[in-house]
Amino acid sequence: MGVAIGGSAGALDSVHDILGEIPPTVAAVFLLVIHISPTVESLLTTVVGAYTDMAVVEALDKLPLATRTVFVAPPDYHMLVERDSTISLSRDPAEHFSRPAIDPLFETAAIAFGRRGIGVLLSGSNADGAAGLAAMRAAGCKTVVQDPDSATSPEMPRAALEMFKPDLVASPKAIGRWLASTLGGRR
Amino acid sequence: MTTGVEDEVLLDGLLDVIFDRYHYDFRNYARASLRRRVIAAMGRLNVGSIDGLTQRISNDARAFGELLPWFTVQLSDMFRDPQYFKFFREQVVPVLRTYPSRKLWVAGCSTGEEAYSFAILLREENLLDRTLIYATDIYEASLRTAAAGVFDLDRMRTFTENHKKSGAKTSLSEHFATTPHGAMFDKDLKDHIVFADHSLATDAVFAEVQVVSCRNVLIYFTAQLQERALGLFHGALVRHGWLGLGPKETIEFSRYRPNFLPHQYRWYEKKAATL
Repeated sequence: MGVAIGGSAGALDSVHDILGEIPPTVAAVFLLVIHISPTVESLLTTVVGAYTDMAVVEALDKLPLATRTVFVAPPDYHMLVERDSTISLSRDPAEHFSRPAIDPLFETAAIAFGRRGIGVLLSGSNADGAAGLAAMRAAGCKTVVQDPDSATSPEMPRAALEMFKPDLVASPKAIGRWLASTLGGRR
Repeated sequence: MTTGVEDEVLLDGLLDVIFDRYHYDFRNYARASLRRRVIAAMGRLNVGSIDGLTQRISNDARAFGELLPWFTVQLSDMFRDPQYFKFFREQVVPVLRTYPSRKLWVAGCSTGEEAYSFAILLREENLLDRTLIYATDIYEASLRTAAAGVFDLDRMRTFTENHKKSGAKTSLSEHFATTPHGAMFDKDLKDHIVFADHSLATDAVFAEVQVVSCRNVLIYFTAQLQERALGLFHGALVRHGWLGLGPKETIEFSRYRPNFLPHQYRWYEKKAATL
């Protein structure tokens, strides 16, 4: 299974809570886009690496997907998934004022993963990811939105909830538990 | 907003028509971003389906002209990733000094920012004389912009900052004149750059060079097309020549990997003995 996660302001705490619930028996691919500054050397990989026992790597072009690995979008590139289970990067224009943006990941994950995909949209302060998550849903992926009441910045989850009803709306910890059970890991 | 898997066949059809009618070969471009660009173009060109787009362009060269920029246009900065140029200045320039004359190839030059960066750097190192920079791209409009060498003045601040960090020996403003149209770079720089149409997908090696710089181009190619491009670069480079790639690009997954010695900041040195 492939789990695509996106968020911006306030999303790192959510990622922390979610990954903390993923047991070592879960064998899934995780792809993570967090809006980050394009110019600053990213510490995201290090930060997220401390949240989980899984491998956390910054994405490189054509990197093959691997389970029990979190692939993090690098600053100033969009991260996309190909149908042959490799990562593509692009320097196409920023979307929603951000590169990386969430829609490019979600929209391509929809086609690459289909029914074997899960999209998770977290706290954030604009509408990036909503259209992408809708595309994932249309392609048969399961969709998850952080409960706006639990989000530091509720705009991003709200934008998705205005478009459609996802499979789950919950706090980050509950999302983590739901993922663990859906991905078939046992404690 | 998105296309289903069944649309992949239609996308293949569009790319086939583009190749057959206009001889631009995007068939081996990485699908994920290409697909998104096509969808974005459909919205802008007011076409409801990939099929509709294919029909529109198949008999209308002007419609194709409107579509083409969506496949090709990249925006780059001068001295982007200054460390890359700093490494070039400190490690590659001393090697270039040992040659009586020099040729560089900037592959996928887009609107020319990187080609001018190399020209300015080599001018600072007193190496621009007897140096020729081939700057190639598939998109004629970009090449024209590049050849004009005029860039928006409001981009000069970023360019200047990058240039400084690259170990600059002059001020960037010494290399251009401020005109009503923007910052116009010196004719002397342009005289050492040949802007030319060349496709990494369909054309062959055209010269022997000491340096190839190709950044953020390979990310748009499939692994198969990347191999073709790397083959061209390998074929064009002299022994101990240098290949520079984008910060997130790698030859790690390529069969040409054993032929290159990796250095810092995505610079690779071609080994003397090759497979």
